[in-house]
Amino acid sequence: MVKIKTADELNKKFLREGMWPTIFCNGCGHGVVLEYTFWALEELGLDMDKVIFSSGIGCSSRLPGYINADGLHTTHGRAIAFATGIKAADPDFNVIVFTGDGDCAGIGGNHFIHAARRNIDMTVIMINNFIYGMTGGQLAPTAPLGSIATTAPYGNIEHPFDICNLACALGANYVARWGVSHPYQPIKSIKEGIQKKGFSLLEFLAPCPTAYGRRNKLGDIKKHWEWYDNNTILKEDLEKIMKYGSEQEKEQVKDKIPLGVFQDIQKPGFFEAYEQLVDRLKEKESKSIGGK
Amino acid sequence: MKYIRDPKRIREVLGKKVQFILGDIACVYGGLLAGVSFFGGYPITPASEVAEGMARRLPRVGGVYIQMEDEIGSIAAVIGAAWGGAKSMTATSGPGFSLMMENYGFAVMTETPCVIVNVQRTGPSTGQPTLGAQGDMMQVRWGTHGDLEALAFAPSTVQECMDFTIEAFNLSEKYRNPACVMTDGEVGHLRERVVIPDEENLKIIDRRPATIDKKDFIPFTNSQTIKNCKVPDFPTFGTGYRTYVTGLTHNEKGFPATDKQPDHERLVRRITEKISDDADKLVMVEEMNLDDADIAFVTYGATARPAESAMEMARKNGMKVGLLRLKLVWPFPNKLITKLAKQVDKIIVPEMNLGQIVHPVTEFACKHCEVVSAPKIGGEMHLPMELYKYLEGK
Ligand SMILES: Cc1ncc(C[n+]2csc(CCOP(=O)(O)OP(=O)(O)O)c2C)c(N)n1
Ligand code: SF4
Ligand SMILES: [Mg+2]
Repeated sequence: MVKIKTADELNKKFLREGMWPTIFCNGCGHGVVLEYTFWALEELGLDMDKVIFSSGIGCSSRLPGYINADGLHTTHGRAIAFATGIKAADPDFNVIVFTGDGDCAGIGGNHFIHAARRNIDMTVIMINNFIYGMTGGQLAPTAPLGSIATTAPYGNIEHPFDICNLACALGANYVARWGVSHPYQPIKSIKEGIQKKGFSLLEFLAPCPTAYGRRNKLGDIKKHWEWYDNNTILKEDLEKIMKYGSEQEKEQVKDKIPLGVFQDIQKPGFFEAYEQLVDRLKEKESKSIGGK
Repeated sequence: MKYIRDPKRIREVLGKKVQFILGDIACVYGGLLAGVSFFGGYPITPASEVAEGMARRLPRVGGVYIQMEDEIGSIAAVIGAAWGGAKSMTATSGPGFSLMMENYGFAVMTETPCVIVNVQRTGPSTGQPTLGAQGDMMQVRWGTHGDLEALAFAPSTVQECMDFTIEAFNLSEKYRNPACVMTDGEVGHLRERVVIPDEENLKIIDRRPATIDKKDFIPFTNSQTIKNCKVPDFPTFGTGYRTYVTGLTHNEKGFPATDKQPDHERLVRRITEKISDDADKLVMVEEMNLDDADIAFVTYGATARPAESAMEMARKNGMKVGLLRLKLVWPFPNKLITKLAKQVDKIIVPEMNLGQIVHPVTEFACKHCEVVSAPKIGGEMHLPMELYKYLEGK
């Protein structure tokens, strides 16, 4: 197989024909996550007939439309529940969910919780832009304290929720958070997530200049993108500083958002456990028939 | 392993050919006979026995059972499984059915075959959880936003719970539309004799798969393999057609087309007409003593039983009373009702609600006869005597 080298070749292989151009605004981070996913899929060399996408409603949830693969663009918040059924129908499928912070952590929170708890074999890519982008900038459950949204015009007074923390607590097999300005680690991480049996969550912090950046005075697109570099830190670096750093160093990093892999375990996934249950039943039945 | 329907294995798991079982369990049997391989559900009285029955049997026939986190998730997983190639179903009652409404519409818009069993109970809200009613007969038709055609059966017996679940799968697969079995707490919790049909006597319809060359395939248009059929061929996920399926208004390719009137009209006309064009062929009713009748009951589900008794009492007393029982309530048998209204002086519509199906009956009676609603609510069935009084005009 000839390996793909350029982004053009990559797009030619993975983009769905006829859907271009995308709906995304200038400076939107969603396209970058799509590109990372393409690279990961290319490097994994999966049979794209068996990679099935599901998504909810939101700008981020539009991503499967641009992928040359089967895709179910569902209802707001429900993509993970739909994906559970897709996977149940055929264990050979590799199921990938694209969702937004509103879609996944807001309206779809309960489906997320239970799919992670059941450890359903799927990869959830949640793009967190701290806002409801598609509907014009209403408050998201991930919005930083004090941030402005159309429905929080005087500043957000609710505590944002950390979806990675939640996924870890639920025992998801793979949990990671990345940004969109450095490709290497995220692509590696998407690959790991897809390969992992059981539930994987990849959270991406991505800029939404239109509905978030502008309203929160984060400057032009370039400045807005830089905000993410200035306000995130590798999880390992953060841990080191918090342990060994000076008070001043600690003060500098304490509010930064950690990036990295937060959980990487091998708990049996739901369908593995289900197959074991089926085998157990078969064994029991053959014994009782044999014993008659 | 992917599920393959094995008729012998299914019957092994179901057991004896003749059994005495609950209506809810008969729905389980019907689903398994139809070849269901995925059930996603959430417990709710009086429908929980369907989930319980599936949880016991599905793993033994090679299918998957999952208790989802709620009914929104249940119907979502059911639709996802259908696209993955499974025949899939869920079961619920009023509160759960209300929660399912958004994704029920999604199934309509994306032309997804799947079956919902609704063991109806009283409402609004939590109502009387353990008692039967027929409160969702309009919700199944109009409960989700937008235009659609519903496919909805109403079993009156436990045998029909099984038979209509099989039929619901058949219609759902044929038309690529969700189909509902609108049973109720009375029939769902009734125990009666059922006979499991032999394989030779069982008609099973499967969705027509996409078979034409991938580059020529158009997913959301008339069938490309048979003529004059508004039901598209089904591109099961994983078979290489790489279909984009969206609840947004979409063009024939499946791509979002949300801002153009003709795209929406073309799509929604086709997905409603594929059913409404066949409405006359789809009529499923039982006619009793209608030939000489001048008063007729028009009823369905559990309510048909006391209505039949009232009719028999009246016949003994020399009154010319007949009964039209709707087995498939939606699509509504418009023409049949008009014909009946021309014949009789009065139509009485007993229902376990304050009057739902009486509305289309009134509409299609076209003022040819008097139409009277005979409601009963509160979780008790009509007594035959109560309905008899309607015949006497009291
Ligand atoms: C049931 C329902 N409620 C509300 C909406 C309106 N809606 C569409 S997208 C959206 C928010 C999406 O936000 P997010 O998931 O963060 O995606 P983003 O656009 O930011 O990528 C909302 C509220 C809807 N489509 N369905
Ligand atoms: S509104 Fe925000 S999230 Fe949506 S496309 Fe524009 S920049 Fe991206
Ligand atoms: Mg968002």
